[in-house]
This record gives sequence, structure tokens and C-alpha cells, in this order.
Amino acid sequence: MLHYFIGNLGHLFVITSFVTGLLAAFSYWRASSTNDLEARLAWIVNGRASFIAHAVAVIGVIVCLFIIIYQHYFEYHYAYAHSSLRLPGQYMISCFWEGQEGSFLLWIFWHAVLGLVLMATQKQWEAPVMTIVALVQSFLASMILGVVIPGLSLKIGSSPFILLRDAMNDPIFTLQPDFIPADGNGLNPLLQNYWMVIHPPTLFLGFALTLVPFAFALAGLWKRSYTSWIKPALPWTLLAGAVLGIGILMGGYWAYETLSFGGYWNWDPVENAVYVPWLILIASLHSMLIYKHSKTALKLSLILVLSVFILILYSTFLTRSGILGDASVHSFTDLGLSGQLLIYLLFFTLGAGVLVARRWKEIPTSEKEVSTYSKEFWIFLGAATLCLMGFQVLVPTSIPVYNRLLEIVGVESNLAPPANQIEFYSRIQLWFAVAVALLSGTGQFFWWKKMDRDKLRQELLLPVLATLVVFAILMLATGVKDPAYMALMVSGLYIIISNLRVLHRTWKVNAGLSGGAIAHIGLGLMLLGVLYSAGYSKVVSLNNTGLLYNREMGTEFNRDNLLLFVNETRTMGGYDIEFLGERLEARHKSGYIKRNDVDRTDDPFQVVAKRDILFDGKKLYNAKDTFEILPENTFYEIQLRKGNTVSASLYPRIQLNPGMGGFMASPDIRRRLDRDLYTHVSAPMNRDSEPEWSEMEEVRVKLGEKFFVNDYVSVLEQVERVYQLPGMLLTDEDVAVRATIKIEGEHDTYYVEPLFLIRNQNEVGRIPSETGDLGIKIALLNIHPNSNEFSLGLQTRQKDWVIIKAMEKPFINILWLGTGLLMIGFSVAMVRRFREKGDISSTQ
Amino acid sequence: MKKSHILALLVIGSAIAIIISTAGDASTYVSFDQAFQMASSGDNNSIHVVGELKKGPNGEVVGIVKSPDNLSFSFILRDDANKEQTVYYNEPIPPDFTRSEKVVVIGGYHGERFVASKILLKCPSKYQEQKLNARV
Repeated sequence: MLHYFIGNLGHLFVITSFVTGLLAAFSYWRASSTNDLEARLAWIVNGRASFIAHAVAVIGVIVCLFIIIYQHYFEYHYAYAHSSLRLPGQYMISCFWEGQEGSFLLWIFWHAVLGLVLMATQKQWEAPVMTIVALVQSFLASMILGVVIPGLSLKIGSSPFILLRDAMNDPIFTLQPDFIPADGNGLNPLLQNYWMVIHPPTLFLGFALTLVPFAFALAGLWKRSYTSWIKPALPWTLLAGAVLGIGILMGGYWAYETLSFGGYWNWDPVENAVYVPWLILIASLHSMLIYKHSKTALKLSLILVLSVFILILYSTFLTRSGILGDASVHSFTDLGLSGQLLIYLLFFTLGAGVLVARRWKEIPTSEKEVSTYSKEFWIFLGAATLCLMGFQVLVPTSIPVYNRLLEIVGVESNLAPPANQIEFYSRIQLWFAVAVALLSGTGQFFWWKKMDRDKLRQELLLPVLATLVVFAILMLATGVKDPAYMALMVSGLYIIISNLRVLHRTWKVNAGLSGGAIAHIGLGLMLLGVLYSAGYSKVVSLNNTGLLYNREMGTEFNRDNLLLFVNETRTMGGYDIEFLGERLEARHKSGYIKRNDVDRTDDPFQVVAKRDILFDGKKLYNAKDTFEILPENTFYEIQLRKGNTVSASLYPRIQLNPGMGGFMASPDIRRRLDRDLYTHVSAPMNRDSEPEWSEMEEVRVKLGEKFFVNDYVSVLEQVERVYQLPGMLLTDEDVAVRATIKIEGEHDTYYVEPLFLIRNQNEVGRIPSETGDLGIKIALLNIHPNSNEFSLGLQTRQKDWVIIKAMEKPFINILWLGTGLLMIGFSVAMVRRFREKGDISSTQ
Repeated sequence: MKKSHILALLVIGSAIAIIISTAGDASTYVSFDQAFQMASSGDNNSIHVVGELKKGPNGEVVGIVKSPDNLSFSFILRDDANKEQTVYYNEPIPPDFTRSEKVVVIGGYHGERFVASKILLKCPSKYQEQKLNARV
């Protein structure tokens, strides 16, 4: 039974949201264009009703899509492609935005919420601002419209409610049009992470918030109220800066915890695409502050505010149109929306551009000469540096776009992004960061006091001295030698110390004014955190066996990976390190389970305990219990010891999801106050291919006799006749004998139980048994009743192994602390600006 | 000249400097032959080569040689001009390596050898399933 109703309803809601979006835009446009008060009120009522209907429709779309996912209606492509029966509940939310359509929906949702808030709070600005919001909404709704224009065979948007049979050309649908797959493809294992539940909504809220200042600025231009838009737009800009900033950092933190590229920031085009708008957003924020205090920099504020939203559109285009192609490791697949995305981008870019050009002469400017001792001068320099900082990232990130443009005019271009992105960007961004820190450290003094040469000298003396003293101490203590890092360190300390002084002063006057100082201290801490954790990140898993692994390549090759055989101790970074074996994860209990302690069943999700299962001294399951595991995840227990004390047990993870072609290594991080030890698997043993076993060696032993296999002491403990075997029917004449052999491993005792069978009088069968990690397989070859001896066939293979890479990240916690302070600073400032807004209702 | 003009000039100057430095640091997509010529004429910049893994008659990937310790490997890449070249890579084999449709290697020639410092895999999209798994 196909559930047509829910999909049709959802699609109806999508179309409704598009139409009501257009209606709202039209009504609000009429409302802002007419001077007739009565007509205007009527149009505003129309606009409100349409936008509320729009918001309801958006909620309707979300509810329908969520029902489809939650009820596992795999006849729908979205549920099939992004979910599965076994997907834990909380990740059903993440599969909502794994697809492009769902993430557009998320963006639309936030716009709808913000639209309602603006509608309720902005009396004067409602009509023009909402015109723009509703117009943007219509564009976004068109992305998920999924309507084919008849006659033109032009498809607009990609609907999330498309049926699987329409999305895929599988022959099964011609045979069986009502075919519903029993299970879905599942969620990409990378996204099965709690950060992926909260990072996308935060990031998209940040995206959505940039629309508000954009709409105010555009409305101001349009209605010729060139100056009054800044006041209502300012607190929204602060909120956008905070939310977008935290969204970006959550992404970085997710990458740090989940991906194994060894850091939190990779200068990937997808990361750059949100970093640049954020920098410009911060620049626009500062420019608006200049305007508020000295009525200068109005044009600059206007252009920056408009650019932020356009850059957001540009980054949407980059990541979703497929244009990045080879340049990025992760971006959405092309849904055939490139054209639509381009129209969206160009419409608002050209629209804003034309409006600015036509009104440019009318925009008031200040002819005042900027004094070097004014705060405007310093903040302006800071804003300019931020813009250049963004520009330096934007230019190379857009290389694939230049290639495409050149291709269109018929020139073949073979320009590629810089070969070493991290080095390329970090080298230059570092100096920009130094400049920003020095400027904002100094600028803060001007912000709060009138300055002249003597006063400045007086103010600066103490912070500069303190900075130099702290720098000298830190430099000697932590051995910072690189000149670029030294510069970053001095400037980072300077911004912290000078802002501490400002904080001290403002706190006494009014704690509510201290947002700026707190945010800047956070920035300084972040710079120091990045300096240490990235600049002094050190690979500790060096090959230290003294062996030249690969003669062909010589010694020039770095050996950053360490090969660990199970139960063999190596040394790494001052620790003894040992791989203890593979571990599984139970679905309903926390703790790691040894792979050797369970038997697999036909259902990959179910295992049976071979013995009592203990973890950390706690019993998780009894022998013979059947329980559920998460078969996608394998953990590799790696123990770090100093002498005889265990310093840490690390469990880096490998996730496999063959349905997605996904294979992913996630690190385990040992966190200490002053440093993280970051360890991930770089290559696991391949379990798909049959391992190479040695030639069989035969031994004759008596019960209780010891023998050696692969250097392990083993004992034949017991031989008994069995009458029942799983999966085999034994008649009365058949004989089945089971031997139990105990093998003493380094840390554990292993049992193998080979079988010897005589069936139908003379057919002899032997079923060998093996231990997982030790690489031992034993067969019961023969029974010698005369001498009470048994013949055992011993085979060995290479022991289990894993290759790991481990890095040390010093002082990374300073980065997270700085991030927290930055966000607190933003919040304090925001509260102040939202309150201030209440004073005077903005007028035209 | 007003101070603000000087500032504007400074900003424009820096922007131009950024563009020039980007142009200087940008890499290029080339074929193995071009890469070899560049290397032999003393140009040691890293370049990008796009290609496919060499396949045997049954579509299986051939020519992958692992080092005995699994820590590095070499493989044969055929670039768009159909030239085959052994590429050395100092990392363990990425697990979905043989599944990739296209491989981008970033690196350069060291003598006769092509050594990759980084490889990017273009896999059949992780987010778009290729075949329906018709388990009923």
C-alpha cells in the first residue's frame, strides 16, 4: 500500500507556501508603494494574512516530510535515501536535512519564523522589510517546488515528496509499480552524530538572520530613509554574528570529533563559503557602530550589509550547484538547481546593485576629515582588514567559478586551487589576524575616551608593557620560535590585556556595556588557542622501530602512521601503546564489547554472548544473552600506559555503511586541560578477503597436555561427544566430537572448539575453529583411542593489526574557552542594543 | 590628499596584491606529460592531475602495490590523455579507493617517479545511491 495522501498533502503545502510567499511580497509591495493610508492598511492586512498562511504551509511541509521519515514510508525517495528502519530516533532529525531539499526547508523555516517576529515588532518598517523577506521566501520555496511547466518540460525545484519510483529508473518498477523497499538506505554514518543534530539548524538560523539587516538596508534605500535603518538593523546584525559564528564553530568541532583530517578547520571551499560572509558581517557590524556614534561610514555600512547576504547567496550557489566539483571533499550533489540558484543570486545582487547605484548620490555623506586619534579611524581600519581577510579567501575559493566562466566564453582554463590549501590560507590569514588583533586592541581605548597623543601614550604604556612581559614568559615556557607565530602571540596577548583593562573600567560603570571587551578577549584567546593547537600540532605516532619499511622510497618519506599488532606493545609520544583488539557497540547499553566475546547471527544487528560480558568491571550481559549491536561501528581499543599504570584507553572508530559506499574513521580524543591526544585509525585490516593461513602443522596431544601455537601456551582441556549441533541434523548413527582447547593470550583466555564428525558411517568431517585477534585456527584431525591421543591441525595467520595516526594538540581548550567568551560578549552587546531600540521607535 | 583617500588606496593596493599572490600560488590541472616537462624544467610547484585507475579486462582495478607494512602504496593512474603513470602515495590505502570513479592526485615528479602529497577521490556519490537494494 502506497501512502499517496501524505505526499500529495505535503506537495500541496509546498505549492501553497510558494504562492502565499508571492502574495505576501506583492501585498507588502503595494502597501509600501501607496500613500493612501486606508489602501495601505488594507494591503498590510493582506500581506500579513498571506505571510501567516505561508508560515503555516511551511510548517505543514515540515510535518508531512517528518511523518514520511518517521513512519518509514520508503515509497518516498526522501525516506528511502536518507533513513532506515534501524536509525535511532534522534538521527531521524538529522536525516531531515541530509538532503538538499530538507536543508532548504530548514532555511525557509527560519525565515518564516523571523518574518513573523519582524511582522509583530516592526511597525514603521513592516511593509518594505516584509516585501523583501517574502520575496526571498518565494525564491527559496521555488527550490523545493517540484513542478514541471507543461509544454516547456521545464522543471522548477526539486520536491522532497517525490516517490521513489519517479526518482529512480529501476526495472522493478515496471514489473511492480507498487513496489516498496523493505528498508531504506540509511543515514550517512558521518552525520550520525549529535553535532549534526544541532549544527545545521544553528548555521541556517545564522544564514536566515543575515536576511534581516539586508532587508532593512534595502528597505532604507528603497524608501529613501537612508539613516534610520541602522538602528533596528544593528541588534539583528549582532545576533546574526553570534549565531553564524557559533554555527561555524560547531561545524569545526564536529569535524574535529568526527572526521579524521586531524583538525577543526581545513580551508575547504565549503568552510570558506561561510567564513567569508561571517568576516564581512563582523566588518559591517563595526561599520554600523561607527555610524551610530559619529554619523560617518554610512555608505560603507550599507554596502557591507548588502554584501553579507549576497555572499550567503553566493556560498549557497557554490556549495549546492555542483560547481566546486573536484575542488571540495564535501558539497551537495547537483540536483539540477544550478540555474535556479544562479537566478536567485543574480536577482538580489543586481537588484541591490541597481538600487544602490540609483540612490548613491542621495545618500548623505560626512565631509569630516578622519582624525588618527578618533575611534572611527581605528574601527574603520579594522573593518577594512576584515574585508581584505575575507577577500583573500574568496578569490582562490572561486577558482572553479572562473574556470566555468572562461569555459563559457570559450577559453580553456586549467587553473586549480592551491595545492596545499591549509598552508596557503593559514600563512596569509595569520598576518591579517595579527593586524585585526592589534587594531582592535588599540581601538578599544579610543572607543571609551577622547584621545590625543599624550593620553594615548599614557593609556598604552601599561598594556604594552604587560603584553611584552607575558609574551616573554610564555615564549620561554612554551618555546615559540617562529617569527610569524611570535607576532600572532604578541597581538593575541595584546588584545586580551588591553581589553581586560577596558573590561575592568566598563564593568565598574555598567556591566551591560562590557560586551565588546568580552568578545575581544574571546577573540584573543581564540587566536592563542589556534596558534598552539594548529601551529604546534605534532604527530606523535612516528615510526620508531628503526626499520626502513619501504626500501624503494628511501628515507625521505615521512612515517606518520604506526602499525600495531594486537597485544604487541610499541612506544609512542612517551607512552607504551598497545592495540587490544576490536570492539563492538551495544545499541542499548554503553560500553565496548570484545568482538571475540560474541557470536554473530544471521541478522547483523543481533549477537549472542559467548560468555559474561564485562566492561569496566560492570557486567553488561550474561553468557547466552542475545542483544542488539550497531554493526556499522567497529572500535579499536588502544591502551596507553606509562610504566604499569594505564593512562588512557582510546576507542577510535571505523564506520562502514556499504549501502552508502561510506567508510569513515573517527578519532578518539584524550582530553587533558593542557592538550588533547587525537588518535584515529588510518587503515584497518580488511575483513572481506580470506586471510592467508599458514601450512597446517599437526600435533598429537593427550588431554591436559600443553602445546604451543603461534607462541601461545595452549591446553587440550576436554573432548566430548555432542548430540546436537546448531544448523545440522544428527542421526543416531552419526558421531560428533567437540574438543575444547584453551589458549592463554597476553590479556585474555581464548577457547576454540573444533569439531570432528562421522556421518553416514564413514563420511568424516572436520570443522575447525579460530580465535579472532590471535590469528589461530585449530582443527580436530583425528582421534587415536589406543594411545588416548588426539591429532590437532594448527594453522596461523598474521595477527590482527591496525594502523593509527596520533597527534597532540596543545592548549586547544583555550580556543574553546575563547569561543565561549566571544559568544557571551555578543550576547551582552545584543541585549544592550535590543533594549536601546525600545527607546525611540524608528521613524522615517 | 585626504586621509580617507590614502586609506582607500591602501585597501585597493592590498586587494590587488592578494589577487596577484593568489595567481602565483594557484596550482594547475595538467597531464602527466606536462607535469613531467614542468618538473624537468625545474618547476617544482605541486600540480593536479585528474585520471582514472587502471582497470583490468573485468573492470577490476589493477596495479595497486602495497608496501609490506601497509603504510604506503602505489597505483597506476591513467590521465585524460591516456598516459599511464605509477603514482606513489605515502599513506595507507584509503578504504574506498578502488571504488572511485575519478582520482585527482596533487603532487609532482621526483625524478622519474610521481609522488602524490594528497589524493582526492571522486566516488560514486555517497549521497546518491546507485542501485535499489531490492530486499523485500
